[in-house]
Amino acid sequence: MVDPQRAAITLAINGAEQHLEVDTRATLLDVLRERLDLIGAKKGCDHGQCGSCTVLIDGRRAKSCLALAVALDGSSITTVEGLADGDELHPLQAAFIDHDAFQCGYCTPGQICSAIGMLEEARAEGAELTPEAIRERMSGNICRCGAYPNIVAAIAEVAE
Amino acid sequence: MKPFAYERADETARAVSTVAGSHGHATFLGGGTNLVDLMKLGVATPERLVDVTRLPHAEITETKYGGLLIGAAVRNSDLAVHPLVRERYPVLSEAILAGASGQIRNMATIGGNLLQRTRCPYFQDVSKACNKRAPGSGCPARHGEHRELAIIGHSEHCVATHPSDMAVALAALGAEVHVHGGQGLWSIPLTDLHRLPGEMPQRDTILAPEDLITHVELPPLPLARNSRYRKVRDRASFAFALVSLAAAVEVDGGNVADCRIAFGGIAHKPWRARKAEETLRGRPATPDAFGAAADAELADARPLRDNGFKLLLARNLFVRVLTDLVDG
Repeated sequence: MVDPQRAAITLAINGAEQHLEVDTRATLLDVLRERLDLIGAKKGCDHGQCGSCTVLIDGRRAKSCLALAVALDGSSITTVEGLADGDELHPLQAAFIDHDAFQCGYCTPGQICSAIGMLEEARAEGAELTPEAIRERMSGNICRCGAYPNIVAAIAEVAE
Repeated sequence: MKPFAYERADETARAVSTVAGSHGHATFLGGGTNLVDLMKLGVATPERLVDVTRLPHAEITETKYGGLLIGAAVRNSDLAVHPLVRERYPVLSEAILAGASGQIRNMATIGGNLLQRTRCPYFQDVSKACNKRAPGSGCPARHGEHRELAIIGHSEHCVATHPSDMAVALAALGAEVHVHGGQGLWSIPLTDLHRLPGEMPQRDTILAPEDLITHVELPPLPLARNSRYRKVRDRASFAFALVSLAAAVEVDGGNVADCRIAFGGIAHKPWRARKAEETLRGRPATPDAFGAAADAELADARPLRDNGFKLLLARNLFVRVLTDLVDG
């Protein structure tokens, strides 16, 4: 007897294939945090408003709290844990440290994943990334500590 | 969230028949950015989700008439940056980019954007009365928190606004919505898709639950090359409109030869400003004429206690956007 409220899915997470049986209600965020112990993506508002759960789905930034895991069968997911190459940080991770682009750090994994997706979107469009444009394009990521000036500076440095 | 069954549709007709046979218990799932949230809030309680994002409605193609056929499963961000949209219908690109955030635009589909529900705080709070969510329970917004809600076309039963920016541009552009429904294939002007609340605010659109939007078609519209979307909101980004305006105008010899105009944020549906358009055609393209046209459109407005400011805001926005378009 197949339970219609459960489903078997396959996700490629940070390059490793994961076969999972999930409750249809589970969001990608819940699966990452509760099942796979990938706790970089944060549950902030859980309603798609704060951006702290941002990950890359098939290379595009998305809010994992609003994505049902069952609907993502076959997708590739990149979380903040998958960005560094060993001890070699991703350029955005390094820039966030260089520019002190956080205080408490809670929003940082979402900010960095969002920035990676955003830079790719701007590159594909051939758009110029002024500080004003970075602020607009990053408006889906809230920083409760107000580290915005340094976040913009870190992203601007990598954008160059 | 209530338990539900999930299935991924691989055939349009079967997706439609599944929902048609569910007696209202199944619903289509697009990007989920609104529906999943409403399920978390207990506002939406489907027993079955039919995922339509993998159906073959994810292309943007030029029609033989020189318009665009947009698949309903196209993601908002992909439509916004499409070269033909930017070149021929900039108002649509601007409207989409004024909505939500980059992450949500990557997830949200075109069909889902049109069918998103109001963000009226009473609708989203299951502990409150709401005629749209629980017909007959009352409308606390009418005498409560309604600063962001409707000023025109509302009823005693509902003062909600439609939240989409994209739909406002599509209303101005004269888009046509293609539907695969229980009764077969049909289409309808976008401006007739959404309803005014009247006595049935629970119905946002004229669609039955099993009516699936498959495409949105834009007609060829040369004057839309000179078009713009402007949105006024409480903060600079990632907020819903207090008032917005989509406009396209063509000027000939100092007079308005033709125009297409729609308001957002003021009504239960994207508000195509046909009275203003008629007032303007053939008239001088001046701020005074724009103001008179806005007044003609907004003469029927009935602001609520705390949203009277929207009336002047709408008029000023209209004059400014049209003036900017004419000045280039």
